[in-house]
Amino acid sequence: MNRMTDTDDDVLLRARNLSLSFGGVLAVNDVSFDVRRGEIFTLIGPNGAGKTTVFNIISGIYPPSKGSLHYYGTGTEIALTRLAPHDIAATGIARTFQNIELFEHASVLQNLLIGRHRHQKSGFWQQVFFTKTVRDAEITARRHVETVIELLDLQHYRDTMVAGLPYGIRKVVELARALCAEPSLLLLDEPSSGLNVEETEDMAFWITDIKEELGVTVLMVEHDMSLVSRVSDRVFAMSQGQDLASGTPREVQTNAAVIEAYLGTADDVTSLRRPAAQGST
Amino acid sequence: MRFIFKTDYAQDINLAKHGGHVGWYGALICALILSPWLLDDYWLAQLTLILIYSIVGLGLMLLAGFTGQFSLGHAAFLGIGAYTQAVAINAGLPLIVALVGAMAFAALIGVIVAIPALRVRGVFLGMATLALGIILEEAFARWESVTGGNAGLFVQSPTLFGFEINEATPYYFLCLILTILVTLGVANLLRSPTGRAFVAIRDSEISAQSMGIPLARYKTLAFAISAALTGLGGALYAHKIQFLTPEQFGIIQSIDLLLLIVIGGLGSIHGAFLGAIFLITMPQIISIGKDYLAAGIGESPGLSAMVYGVVLVLFVLFEPLGLYGRWLKVRAYIQLFPLYRRGMFERQKSFQKSERLK
Repeated sequence: MNRMTDTDDDVLLRARNLSLSFGGVLAVNDVSFDVRRGEIFTLIGPNGAGKTTVFNIISGIYPPSKGSLHYYGTGTEIALTRLAPHDIAATGIARTFQNIELFEHASVLQNLLIGRHRHQKSGFWQQVFFTKTVRDAEITARRHVETVIELLDLQHYRDTMVAGLPYGIRKVVELARALCAEPSLLLLDEPSSGLNVEETEDMAFWITDIKEELGVTVLMVEHDMSLVSRVSDRVFAMSQGQDLASGTPREVQTNAAVIEAYLGTADDVTSLRRPAAQGST
Repeated sequence: MRFIFKTDYAQDINLAKHGGHVGWYGALICALILSPWLLDDYWLAQLTLILIYSIVGLGLMLLAGFTGQFSLGHAAFLGIGAYTQAVAINAGLPLIVALVGAMAFAALIGVIVAIPALRVRGVFLGMATLALGIILEEAFARWESVTGGNAGLFVQSPTLFGFEINEATPYYFLCLILTILVTLGVANLLRSPTGRAFVAIRDSEISAQSMGIPLARYKTLAFAISAALTGLGGALYAHKIQFLTPEQFGIIQSIDLLLLIVIGGLGSIHGAFLGAIFLITMPQIISIGKDYLAAGIGESPGLSAMVYGVVLVLFVLFEPLGLYGRWLKVRAYIQLFPLYRRGMFERQKSFQKSERLK
């Protein structure tokens, strides 16, 4: 099996031997991959494969039990495993959530402005007196937010409270909020889940646009295989917390191990069993 | 009906969104400036109390309404402010120094409280702050050399620039100026990144930190500001009542403050003011209403507590956004007349919020 072990300069995120266990369950088991600059890299796998857990490790919500994670988005090598979530966001990694985590009782505009938090530099007392520096920074932030609103066609919802928005729009707002952070790496956790066919089409266009026009590297988890094969440059398949296969969408889709993980084989049920963590049987 | 045509980003940033705001708030400030000559002494004293409670309400609103950290022991900060002020003024310190000292000391205690608050949330945070309230009330009672214990502590009249502020009118103006400054400060904070970070923490801690907001720093900041404002309110309150006893800063006072922000309307600056008006005028209304009730009911001792309880239950059931939420509906009704629809403010019910990462 070809492991993704490029050593060239265009690697943006390098994961080596990541493992994470919750008690006796090995949610992620010795996973290694490289995300290259400017590509769309997709994690696929059946339910419970550990894809979202990999995301949560990258964004710092869970520290991995083992392994290393290096990020090269700022020009220097940064070890992400030692950073808190807000420090990881500060390096230019933005994410969306599988179950939409927007700020419900704030308007869309406020949500997007919160997305720009990592760019704010004014001090506490400047903000209390709302000095000219703060006002200018607010207008600059607003300008950036407006370009994202323009890109994702959210003009109509600018002043609406998130609590009153339909699911499909929330999904787009969450993508917009992540983009407002001007990330160099964007993590999308199931961007098309819960969307109808038309909205999924739009999402596919936007993801391609984000890569091509904004030059943002995208790492996503996705179940919709037609979307995956349309937008992804490379695909990484996981099952039972382990890596199965990697390569172009076509290569991965025809990989025997991947087909087996998704569909199973008639006679071998034990292959689906997850290996136990150390210390438990 | 007013249509706002937006042509400039500053329109969304300015505090006054349109000419109507300038006019109405200008009129309100004029009325407040003229009220010493319009109201008699009793109602001026009540108005001063409303201003003091508004400052305290803003403090708690920032913490509970905007950052989502409920404190059940906020009267402790009121007490810290009041006792610090009393001790400083009695020691002969100037008013401004005493006020700043009361705020700073309350903020310091607020930061210390924030340290356990970073680890707990929801009902456990409520219990931790409740414990703090009880401990500090006890401390006010036991530390007799400083606080005078249960025997009480007299507060001398403050002097400002050589003038003794012992009359109602100068004191009213001191409270008015401070209220306006605090309100502007809070409003400014809420339209800048810090205020948005508070709201983000309230609505989703997990995505707030993924957006680059350090939870620990902003929660501590929210506690510090909230405690400082409550301390300022306490300092003014000390001069208003002029005699401090520990039981004024007990659990009942804490619940009153919580009542203030919930009935006023969680998550709005207006709510702090409306809640303060409610809290101060309600006893008056109850005592007026007593005369019209049958003697057996009107004279019973638990009447006002019961009325408060009933009002709170009614608000939670029918108007969770409090008096301010009700005002928004009334205003929309008037502005849109006759086009107001009954369901306009209905919240969409959603069941998709994930609890997985909490």
